[in-house]
Amino acid sequence: MFYREAGDFKTTYAADQQTFPILFDRRTYYIVLAIALGVMPFVVTDYITNAILLPFLIYAIAAIGLNILTGYCGQVSLGTGGFMAVGAYATYKLMTGFPDLNIAIIVVLSGFITAGVGVLFGLPSLRIKGFYLAVATLAAQFFLVWMFNKVSWFYNYSASGQINAPERTMLGQPVTGAETEPWVAYLFCLAFLIVLAVIARNLTRGRIGRSWMAIRDMDIAAEIIGVNPLWSKLSAFAVSSFFVGVSGSLFFAVYLGAVEVGEAFGIQKSFLVLFMIIIGGLGSIFGSLAGAAFMVLLPVVLKLVMVDSLGWPTDLAAHFNFIVVGALIVAFLIFEPHGLAQLWRIAKEKLRLWPFPH
Amino acid sequence: MSADFLNLLEVAINGLMAGVLYSLVALGFVLIFKASGVFNYAQGVMALFAAQTLVGIQTGQVPFAHLINAIFGTEVHYFGWNVPALLAILFTVLVMILFAWIVVKVILVRLVGQEPIILFMATIGLAYFMEGFGDMMWNSEVKRLDVGIPSGGSFWIEDVTVQWAAEGERYFGMYVDVLDIWATVIAVALVASLAAFAQYTKPGRAMRAVADDPTAALSVGISLNKIWIMVWSLAGFVAIVAGIMWGAKSGVQFSLSLIALKALPVLMLGGFTSISGAIVGGLIIGVGEKLFEYLIGVPFLGGATENWFAYVLALIFLVFRPQGLFGEKIIERV
Repeated sequence: MFYREAGDFKTTYAADQQTFPILFDRRTYYIVLAIALGVMPFVVTDYITNAILLPFLIYAIAAIGLNILTGYCGQVSLGTGGFMAVGAYATYKLMTGFPDLNIAIIVVLSGFITAGVGVLFGLPSLRIKGFYLAVATLAAQFFLVWMFNKVSWFYNYSASGQINAPERTMLGQPVTGAETEPWVAYLFCLAFLIVLAVIARNLTRGRIGRSWMAIRDMDIAAEIIGVNPLWSKLSAFAVSSFFVGVSGSLFFAVYLGAVEVGEAFGIQKSFLVLFMIIIGGLGSIFGSLAGAAFMVLLPVVLKLVMVDSLGWPTDLAAHFNFIVVGALIVAFLIFEPHGLAQLWRIAKEKLRLWPFPH
Repeated sequence: MSADFLNLLEVAINGLMAGVLYSLVALGFVLIFKASGVFNYAQGVMALFAAQTLVGIQTGQVPFAHLINAIFGTEVHYFGWNVPALLAILFTVLVMILFAWIVVKVILVRLVGQEPIILFMATIGLAYFMEGFGDMMWNSEVKRLDVGIPSGGSFWIEDVTVQWAAEGERYFGMYVDVLDIWATVIAVALVASLAAFAQYTKPGRAMRAVADDPTAALSVGISLNKIWIMVWSLAGFVAIVAGIMWGAKSGVQFSLSLIALKALPVLMLGGFTSISGAIVGGLIIGVGEKLFEYLIGVPFLGGATENWFAYVLALIFLVFRPQGLFGEKIIERV
């Protein structure tokens, strides 16, 4: 009733190939965009921005990136934290090396640098598959974190080993540094998320996305029908790392402001992003967003319920968080391996007939 | 012998001892992987959980004390008794068997036929669950584990090795921890008994049959469920041993679960399906990372190379031999 494909006739090729071919999806998309851009900036507070919105936006970018690699191309990576660190440190070096460069350009450049590093660590994927590759990406994770810890050139020889984002402005408003208004930080990250999500959506339904999916479903068969595995795998690594790098860059420059690499980009971060795409849905852009939202909201909600209303100690809430996340991962893999995105698809199926199911 | 050479020898020996502990964890992985095709990421957390449970039972902690106190406002922490080490180990074994049963009945049977990578991610979820569960049950403080294994430097070895040094060299003997020697002895005994179990007993033979071909094993009347429970219990037992060793060495704490990550390159080096591979891989990684740290890491790279050496070694190795040292050849078909 509410969700239907019928009666929505296309008269041009352009209309037939648009990003959201179904009217209901398109309307939802524009409404969400309008609220995110037109309403949210005026109502956000410091707490909401820092506790929910910024982490959501930034993790969503990382989750889309990892989903391209794992969900679409089938290459499991446990090195997301390490690649986020590359993005962060590239941003830091660019910010301090070229003070006049616009921050948005710096973020994009950091993405490209991370893409290069990602391709480098993606090279073994041509020989190694499955868990072997997952473990190989752990090499990237540990090696990169160690490198940013030990090579003092990366943190400009500062005594603490930390990197701090200096203040940079965009259109007269500070985007990084302590003076940043919450709505500016929100809009800055949101802009990146929107642009990157649109790019990702269109990449994955285009030629390159199809070659990724062919590799995912069966790489030897894909190779036989003429998909170039070298190009497909490496491009997936490059695009994925670009997204993850941008997310790491924003995570450092806009969200945290100061970063100690082992703490901010450790192995836990890799798992966190991996969980986002499992819960959200492998091979779905919407799923990446849903998963990121879920994993960001869960600890906040648990803390709200347990600590603030029940008065339990915080460490107990943290343990509960672990238990709930673990149990959810297992439950999702058992009952709905395609995650929240699939639940949404089922809901749409039901909406199509509702309220007259016969 | 010159002091330099003796120092190198000491590093190598200590690496060997660390390698034995890696092998112990890797062994748990191999057991489960062979029998059920599951790459069990939770093995490290199982070791942590086993060590926590052991300490908890030994010192008479009240399970879930923290939670009970938070809900009912009480102040209970300890029962006030101490359980002898052997009895506590026995109880821990029972707990791990119960755990194995739950994992197989609740998770594994529902994931039969899924892709290996899905199973792998499920065990990551399991690891998270157990980590939170263990911390909630026994609290997350760093605990001392003491089951009566002697520890500390061996004076005898120090005295003997001092005499090996050439005349006039400044050399004060090797430092080898007695605990490490015990760990090695116990690990060797464990591996020998596991091999004997697999080779000469009826359930052991059934286990090998399942590892060889699950469908064929099923058709001759072997219950996959029972074998899985058995294998997970065995892995739990190996986890207890590994937990005791690591716990006695560096305390029962969260970092214990990270040894699982160290065991991954060990497995890649040795091959996922070979018990001897796990042992040899562990030793190579243990010695390799200590020697690398000593010869190259500290003088040239600023130290702490142990964090990544194992992974990079495994990565380079895999590019040339994807199935590991002793693994079966990977054949791919469309």
